[in-house]
Amino acid sequence: MMDACADPSALSGLGWLLCYLSTGKHLLFYASFGTVLLLLAVTAPVALGFGFMGALAARARLWPVRVIGRAYTAMVRGVPDIIFFLFVPIALDQGFEYVRHRVKCPDWTEPVRQGSDFVVCQAAKLPLSTSPQIWHEVYGFALAVLAFAVVFGAFAANVLAGAMQAVPRAQLETAEAYGMTPRQVTRRILIPQMWIFALPGLSNLWMILIKATPLLFLLGVEDVVYWARELGSAKTQAYSYPHPDWRLWYFLALLLFYLGMTKISEAVLGRLTARLARGQATMAGEAMRKAAA
Amino acid sequence: MKTLILTTAALALSAGFALADTVRMGTEGAYPPYNFINDKGEVDGYERELGDELCKRAGLTCEWVTNDWDSIIPNLVSGNYDTIIAGMSITEERDQVIDFTQNYIPPADSAYAALTADADLKGVIAAQTGTIQADYVAESGATLAEFATLDDTLAAVKSGEADAVFADLDALAASVNESGGALVWAGEPVSLGGGVGMGLRESDKELRAKFDAVITEMKADGTINTLITKWFGPEAKTY
Repeated sequence: MMDACADPSALSGLGWLLCYLSTGKHLLFYASFGTVLLLLAVTAPVALGFGFMGALAARARLWPVRVIGRAYTAMVRGVPDIIFFLFVPIALDQGFEYVRHRVKCPDWTEPVRQGSDFVVCQAAKLPLSTSPQIWHEVYGFALAVLAFAVVFGAFAANVLAGAMQAVPRAQLETAEAYGMTPRQVTRRILIPQMWIFALPGLSNLWMILIKATPLLFLLGVEDVVYWARELGSAKTQAYSYPHPDWRLWYFLALLLFYLGMTKISEAVLGRLTARLARGQATMAGEAMRKAAA
Repeated sequence: MKTLILTTAALALSAGFALADTVRMGTEGAYPPYNFINDKGEVDGYERELGDELCKRAGLTCEWVTNDWDSIIPNLVSGNYDTIIAGMSITEERDQVIDFTQNYIPPADSAYAALTADADLKGVIAAQTGTIQADYVAESGATLAEFATLDDTLAAVKSGEADAVFADLDALAASVNESGGALVWAGEPVSLGGGVGMGLRESDKELRAKFDAVITEMKADGTINTLITKWFGPEAKTY
């Protein structure tokens, strides 16, 4: 920290504010915006992947695969998000640790569940309790990404399955008439054409995902909302920078951040829609063809 | 590049494994002066100083972790950290789920703070969820309004949502004394709980014994009293 900020109680006005806004705690707050953006950047493709697999599975010709695909979407869509966010990471974590416990400590005789305690041997802890805090955070973040991806993947699967149904049958029939195998039809005709039908649903999901990031704190990841609350709450003389309840200002900053994210997303999605509509057998695609001709 | 990162990760994980005695200390970080996040973004307060000293004397490497008060016990029993050192009073009910060391703060008073000294203590009383004070309010016949953090309970009183807040006297003291008369004590302080102790998993008897021994030692040589006076002021109860 700057030398000028060594004694905050002697400062006033702008100097105080500048020092206040550059405390270690504020730097963590600024960094947490990066955490949220990283979460979005990682979760969106992973969730889309889950959704894609789910949609293909729901359409599969083998019935066990079809049952799995449908069960996944039906189950996840039916359970409240917050329960899923609390359940998935804890279940995954204990599942991983249990497997490692079995592998690494085969001669352990005590039960894993002792009353309400979940006890595995030291070597099976994930991450090891001796590893630095950063690994615990990375691990927590990874579990969070997985939980988000499972939940949003189920919704995406439904959107993509609907989009696959919406591709005009005539397009697929033409491909079949050219002698393409079902696999080729799916890969060359169905998948490239379905995106334009999926986009409205997917863009909704993206918007919901942006707004769902404060749920991160439920999973123990210190996100923007946690820091805004922590920094904004009234501070007594126990702190170097005492101040009254400033949560309103911190939440106002968050409001601007989320509105900005929404605005950027809308612009990008608008361009993407125009790009995907080109040459498609839809009204928008037809309008573009006529305008160009 | 990818293998490089993976190797470093593997090394970091295996290197840490050699020192087997790391204890992860779970705290709330929102209950000054017991524990709070200071302006550097680190855990600070009476419990930080005490905890570091306990670990030093017991020869343990300690790592501080913050966790929401609401889920602080579930995360202990599922092994995310090894101790709770978060101003947690020793009660019968908690003792059924986790184990406590002997107390490191003697049973202290809880008090009401309100906008006026004659506030209606049978009206709406704000308290932090899952605390002994919340239980006390529920049984006192007043209407209990529960909040996630101490700061939220204070905000509720200032906004008029609650008639008074009921919490540890030592935790409220700074807010009352620095409010310039906006917040005052109401009613009489009440003595609650069996003092504040460190919470551990019931299966962790060995670690509990270690901490118990060091707390006894620190009580005997007076270092705990010095720390209590430093953080809670000269009027606080000592051993």
